[in-house]
Amino acid sequence: MSDTSLHTISRGAEPELRDYFALMKPRVMSLVVFTALVGLLVAPVHVHPFITFTSVLFIALGGGASGALNMWWDADIDRKMRRTAKRPIPAGRVSEGEALGLGLALSGLSVMMLSLSANLFAAGLLAFTIFFYVVIYTMWLKRWTPQNIVIGGAAGAFPPMIGWAVATGGVSVESLLMFSLIFIWTPPHFWSLALFMKSDYDDAGVPMLTVTHGHDSTRRHILAYTILLTACSLGLAFTSIGGPVYLVTALVMDFRFLVGAWKLLRRSTAQAEADAYGEEKRFFKLSLWYLFAHFTALLADAALSALFGGLA
Amino acid sequence: MIRATHELHDRRRGRNFGLGLILAAFVAIVFGMTIVKVGGGQDVLGTGMVSKETPQ
Repeated sequence: MSDTSLHTISRGAEPELRDYFALMKPRVMSLVVFTALVGLLVAPVHVHPFITFTSVLFIALGGGASGALNMWWDADIDRKMRRTAKRPIPAGRVSEGEALGLGLALSGLSVMMLSLSANLFAAGLLAFTIFFYVVIYTMWLKRWTPQNIVIGGAAGAFPPMIGWAVATGGVSVESLLMFSLIFIWTPPHFWSLALFMKSDYDDAGVPMLTVTHGHDSTRRHILAYTILLTACSLGLAFTSIGGPVYLVTALVMDFRFLVGAWKLLRRSTAQAEADAYGEEKRFFKLSLWYLFAHFTALLADAALSALFGGLA
Repeated sequence: MIRATHELHDRRRGRNFGLGLILAAFVAIVFGMTIVKVGGGQDVLGTGMVSKETPQ
């Protein structure tokens, strides 16, 4: 066999470990790790540090498995979108079959190991999350309805609930509100992205709200969900896991988010195009800080109450 | 001419080495989980990490 043909085989047929890692959507996984860890640490039950580590690891692995299965199913549209064209499958570094195999194997492994590390309930929730993201969102809703993001957002909202379930073995008002916070946050987050990534979704034929109902309707939807989100965010402040740090953070971030959504509503597409969607990009960036600040504040209050509870 | 090592072999070696590390880490995790679970929150290995309450 000549050197040239060997080199040809090496492209695509010999992926590196980091290509498999990229299949697991590491950026989404970091959000999963963070919110699951907060959900676990703010729960009223102390968990052994090693079990905390392994449980969060297996939740992250489950999230990674969903990512790989999502990339396997969506390989055709990923090739058409600028944002996703460099992913391992469209770039030709990993085959679709490998992504499917990795996704299925990691799904089984993560659920089984979480049941051993924590409990059956948490493992069941993780299995349901993977099923929801892959089957309900990726295979069914994403290409069918402009409400894809609304319902599909539930998949990303489960990790803090799973973290809470690892510690307590169940569900509570607190874990449901943490779920709701991410669930209601997801639509304005993604719709603001879709406003300035419009042509991408158009090209791929994904029925994003911006494509099916236009920008003005999307801006109204963003404001409506932001108002709902405010109620949810403030509600969490008055549960057992809320505290002064969370309340102040929620008030500040909710105010900024509402102002941002109001500014988006007042803009026309012509104005947005004139400043290269500057306001939309700012709102998208703010949405990332919004979620990060809320969960960090929950953690801060848990640390404060542990500190003062310990001193009392 | 077939060279003794090729970029393909380097990639494969890197991947195998990484996979070996992952498997070793997995063994360590299963061992650690076993120690914690069997110990029932007791400090079996003298690590200083003790669970007050373990989930059922």
